[in-house]
Amino acid sequence: MALPLEFEGLTEAISGMGVDEKALITKLGSSHKEHRKLFRKASKSFFVEDEERAFEKCHDHFVKHLKLEFSRFNNAVVMWAMHPWERDARLVKKALKKGEESCNLIVEVSCTRSAEDLLGARKAYHSLFDQSMEEDIASHVHGPHRNLLVGLVSAYRYEGNKVKEDSAKSEAKILAEAVASSGEEAVEKDEVVRILSTRSKLHLQHLHKHFNEIKGSDLLGGVSESPLLNEALLCLLKPSLYFSKILDASLNKEADKTTKKWLTRVLVTRADHSDEMKEIKEEYHQLYGETLAQRIEENIKGNYKDFLITLLSKSD
Amino acid sequence: MATLKVSSSVPSPSDDAEQLRTAFEGWGTNEDLIISILGHRSAEQRKLIRQTYHETYGEDLLKTLDKELSNDFERAILLWTLEPGERDALLANEATKRWTSSNQVLMEVACTRTSSQLLHARQAYHARYKKSMEEDVAHHTTGDFRKLLVPLVSSYRYEGDEVNMTLAKQEAKLIHEKIKDKHYNDEDVIRILSTRSKAQINATFNRYQDDHGEEILKSLEEGDDDDKFLALLRSTIQCLTRPELYFVEVLRSAINKTGTDEGALTRVVTTRAEIDLKIIGAEYQRRNSIPLEKAITKDTRGDYEKMLVALLGEDDA
Repeated sequence: MALPLEFEGLTEAISGMGVDEKALITKLGSSHKEHRKLFRKASKSFFVEDEERAFEKCHDHFVKHLKLEFSRFNNAVVMWAMHPWERDARLVKKALKKGEESCNLIVEVSCTRSAEDLLGARKAYHSLFDQSMEEDIASHVHGPHRNLLVGLVSAYRYEGNKVKEDSAKSEAKILAEAVASSGEEAVEKDEVVRILSTRSKLHLQHLHKHFNEIKGSDLLGGVSESPLLNEALLCLLKPSLYFSKILDASLNKEADKTTKKWLTRVLVTRADHSDEMKEIKEEYHQLYGETLAQRIEENIKGNYKDFLITLLSKSD
Repeated sequence: MATLKVSSSVPSPSDDAEQLRTAFEGWGTNEDLIISILGHRSAEQRKLIRQTYHETYGEDLLKTLDKELSNDFERAILLWTLEPGERDALLANEATKRWTSSNQVLMEVACTRTSSQLLHARQAYHARYKKSMEEDVAHHTTGDFRKLLVPLVSSYRYEGDEVNMTLAKQEAKLIHEKIKDKHYNDEDVIRILSTRSKAQINATFNRYQDDHGEEILKSLEEGDDDDKFLALLRSTIQCLTRPELYFVEVLRSAINKTGTDEGALTRVVTTRAEIDLKIIGAEYQRRNSIPLEKAITKDTRGDYEKMLVALLGEDDA
């Protein structure tokens, strides 16, 4: 009879993020059924003893957990194989279906992509869903941030290097006034929406500089009471910081199911943009003291981990 | 249908460029020659001529035209020679400048072009003005006009024929309620007009007529005559549903008894000659009992008249 199962190792292989497929193959695959029974009896967090009928059944959450963890690699691969435009279109559609709490995804897609990539996502949206992205968002989002979101996805920003300094300066003043006086309603102020959803990113960077000089505080320091507005500013002005923050949140062991999915999304959607990825990696290292690759090695297992590390190394 | 007449065998772009060059030589300009060539070439052909002219003579054809021609004729030639995307970008840019500002032109460009034509205009705008169209429109309009025009120029409408009849019914009802209360600038009205596909919008207003017994445009006549926003809203709906009728109205005001608005006349003829000027002409005749060409020749003269007539496909060339 083969050796008894090494419980700790096996438990380790199916806990946390991702699944250690190799360990499961070697440790579980050739195991004897008596040893598996012992494993089930010993793993009280995964299985519960039905004493009356004399068998050990799975906890519901165990089945769900396994399904989720096994699927991370699957989802990452499918997403990776997809055209970037389709990826982004599907992300926006999913966010709309989920509701208000996923509005940040729409901000992320519309503000961190290039003008051509955002346009491509809108084209893909036509093709996949027989509607325009803006009409879907406009009809499903209610409340004060609708105009901002519709404006952000409709933008086709100038990407050249001409900036009108005096406009940037006057608009910095306008923005400063709006966030100071309007609390959470800043997000629906006409001028705020206009500036954030039509100006080029370079213009906004110049605006950022002027804002900081006028106010003596950083525009990116959570300056408004509207989280969506703050996120939009961060995505438009310093995407590497934005991405570092959400990557870190997703790698936190206590993070919820939704947050953990951010890891796949960010790495898969940004891996092709080497320059950006380099910036994200640098920013992450500066902020958190270890490299993204290290953090992933520590917290993730199996094929999912290997895939993510491979994506990361494209920009080394 | 287009009115532009192009013969089945046109000279090569370099022959055309050479001929055009001769039109500029010596004193004065041979406008007839310019009309006979440019007035009978498609957008693609005009693009090649412009390129070839530049390669051969080191000058932009448009700059030369600018130097040699003047007034209405020049304007017609200029607009005509530009590529459609550049043309729309130019019209939109002018419409944001103080002395030539026009909410109507902005709406017209945004609503009577296809999604990809509008996109080309936005791309051309980047290249020509080093800014985005929407940022200029946003910066130079205010209040309700901005609320309507920015989404209109930023739209990238779905272009399929699929229509959701349930949605059409809902949105027709919504619009009816808002209009009853004279909330013309309502967010949902603007949302529907600026994001839905044209097929969906048409279905919605057909539903509106079925359910409420009158056409939407009739309902919107009940408002204040001086309400400019209401007028713009009416034109927006007309552009999205029956653009040819909108253009007939523009032409009628342009060619009325008390003088001619050459700007509008030139704009409509040059932007629609390759699209639907024939249909517009037929509608014009239906409503005014006089062919469009006659109305134009009565009110214009010289090379300007000749150019317009050529674009109408009514000259003998």
